Amino acid sequence: MNFYTDNDNLSFYLHHPEMEQVVAVKEKDYAEAGKHPEAPANAEEAVSNYDTVMNLLGEIAGEVIAPNAEEVDHVGPSLVDGHVNYAPGTRRNLDALIQSGLYGMTLERQYNGLNFPRVAAVMAAEIIARADVGFATIWGLQDCADTIQQFANEELKNKYLPRIYEGATCSMDLTEPDAGSDLQSVRLKATYDEANKCWRLNGVKRFITNGDADLHLVLARSEEGTNDGRGLSYFVFDKADGGMIVRRIENKMGIKGSPTAELQFTNAPCQIVGERRLGLIKYVMSLMNGARLGVGAQSIGLCEAACREAEAYAASREQFGHTIDKFVAVQDLLYQMRARTDGARSLMYETARYVDLSASSKPASRVADILTPLVKLNASEFANRCAYDCIQVHGGSGFMKEYACERLYRDARILSIYEGTSQLQVVAAMKGIASGAYLKQIESYDAKVSEGEMNDEMKHCQEVLRKATGLYSKLYELAAAEGTTSERFEHSTRALTEVLSNIIMGYLLLLDSQRDARLLNSCKYFVKESIGQVSQHLAELENC
Amino acid sequence: MSFKIVVLAKQVPDTHNVGADAMNADGTVNRAALPTVFNPEDLKALEMALRVKDRMQDATVTVVTMGPPRAAEIIKDACSRGADDGFVLSDMRFAGADTLATSYALSQAIKQLGKVDLIFGGRQAIDGDTAQVGPQVAEKLEIPQITYAEELIDVNATSITIRRRLERGTECVKATLPVLVTVTSAANDCRFPNAHRLLRQAKDETRLINADNIDADMERLGLKGSPTKVKKIENVVLAHKESVVLQPTDEALNELSATLIKEHIL
Repeated sequence: MNFYTDNDNLSFYLHHPEMEQVVAVKEKDYAEAGKHPEAPANAEEAVSNYDTVMNLLGEIAGEVIAPNAEEVDHVGPSLVDGHVNYAPGTRRNLDALIQSGLYGMTLERQYNGLNFPRVAAVMAAEIIARADVGFATIWGLQDCADTIQQFANEELKNKYLPRIYEGATCSMDLTEPDAGSDLQSVRLKATYDEANKCWRLNGVKRFITNGDADLHLVLARSEEGTNDGRGLSYFVFDKADGGMIVRRIENKMGIKGSPTAELQFTNAPCQIVGERRLGLIKYVMSLMNGARLGVGAQSIGLCEAACREAEAYAASREQFGHTIDKFVAVQDLLYQMRARTDGARSLMYETARYVDLSASSKPASRVADILTPLVKLNASEFANRCAYDCIQVHGGSGFMKEYACERLYRDARILSIYEGTSQLQVVAAMKGIASGAYLKQIESYDAKVSEGEMNDEMKHCQEVLRKATGLYSKLYELAAAEGTTSERFEHSTRALTEVLSNIIMGYLLLLDSQRDARLLNSCKYFVKESIGQVSQHLAELENC
Repeated sequence: MSFKIVVLAKQVPDTHNVGADAMNADGTVNRAALPTVFNPEDLKALEMALRVKDRMQDATVTVVTMGPPRAAEIIKDACSRGADDGFVLSDMRFAGADTLATSYALSQAIKQLGKVDLIFGGRQAIDGDTAQVGPQVAEKLEIPQITYAEELIDVNATSITIRRRLERGTECVKATLPVLVTVTSAANDCRFPNAHRLLRQAKDETRLINADNIDADMERLGLKGSPTKVKKIENVVLAHKESVVLQPTDEALNELSATLIKEHIL
């Protein structure tokens, strides 16, 4: 089984018309063509390279990672002498991916990477998450390489980046017992050791995903006497240098193959990444945006897995003389699951394209910033809903541990919590709501839709989306009547964010439908959701 | 001094994905309509060769196949998995070869490579199931052979130790190099391709070798050099109703033996 070739939607987004610009930016107008044997000479060649590599990754996901998932969930990692031993299946997954040269996919070629754009990286994450979300967290943390590549000095880049290609695992050590969502409260101490010309870490980190990784990016307080985000710096710690032990592995509800650890640093030697005091303000924020897109990819991978489990079960389970996929009530569930998956996916690849274009365009960067929280919010909430509905389609069988949907349900729960809860994503979206940036983006989608060919159904969808956008503006005015810092506005932000999300996903799927009519069905779901939801919220605000 | 390994491989029809148009009306195989794959046991042979390469410094793996130019796909595949190079024996003068002519062409091609330390091949190909080509190549090169290999136990510059399958169990055998090894499906699965190698392979051209390049006697190649003559190819699909349930009695077994002898099966 190949998790790339059996899903036409992936190739569809890899061949998106705007990929030409994405590739040109990533390849710096093909500066390495002819100089490096793997460098493409044009967009077509680059996309063909992505396609080739996704095909390989899809095979490993389908043939190795997915078959290991159940065993990894049962066995989990173990703690031996202060360090983590992965479940054997996790090790096999890692070995297959490392041997295949897939680690460090986004690294520049000089560090042995493939120099792939974010679009390809999130696709890889989606494919792997469909096979096993727990393993996808370990795989996804290689994105720490991007922070090193972007902000560290040449010495650190040359030291650590080739190691990530060789399979060094990574972790992002931010959370502490008293610093979860509020990272400004981080207390782990970093002090400079003059004699050894390095920094030393002392303190505890908690809930660290893949906590016993080879390389750690650690947020620590480097400025004594400070107590906010401006006293925090970012450090790279190499486990091989010693000074860190794992105190415990958390006993979790889901993603059990991924070790979530509590770490004790004792005079652990490390090096600073970038400048002092910019740890949280600049570097973690950058890493966090990437991580949020990564969780979006994990969520969509899980949605895809849930859809397929539900569709396969419904097509084989017979009741009242028919397979249950013949019953409208079940069809509705399957349709909604598929539509949510399609909508979140379209939004995620749109966002990933903007992230890639950010490298050469500030406006693109601003759009990437406003879309990223929408991806994290919607995809992770949809993943929970899809996992819930997947069990519902399975009926009583879904409640039993024999079926994969039970694992999906447990694995999904963390997605709307880690790397920023859904509530924090709404807070992140507030700026774009108040500034009108989302509305501007919607206007650009509407113009793009009008440029393409449309049948009557599509025209109707556009009409309803326009109407929903108009009602959204009314909703916004009512919510912000007492100002955007008022309690009334804060209470309305979740509703505003969700309505905007549905309108945006509706438009994106309408644009996709112009290239592939298959997606029009899913588009209609968001058209209906957006008009229904905005009308309901308006009624609530007007009457309560 | 370098350590040279050759892998004999074949591109075969993908029998797991045979469509309705796989056979022509006259009963011959419609090759154009068949998807192709790397013969599964040849992939196992490639993995064993790559494991030798992993252990031996300066070892190189060269993959040799015979077939139409499109067979270059499996050379690229092998190179993306770790082989160093390879070539396709492709020439209409090779066409219609049975195992005797095939093994002759392959052995002549291997002779052109100079000193070869190890040759690996799959036990048999899924389209022919003869298991003859490997052993015949060894005979023509006048080197020993280890058949039915399942596991590489040890290898050094002068010898190799292999665990091989017997009818009831396995045995470990050690042979002095050079030697030819045929590998069964019980051996380790082949490693996945490497992404970097895949991208480089996409740009590389595979060498095609013709009959003039292998110092061959033209009379021993292709159809001319093949004593096997195919009279007819039939697509036989056994239906459940054609099966016979035998009682566990001497009479029933005797009757079965007589039928099989009569049908020239035994």
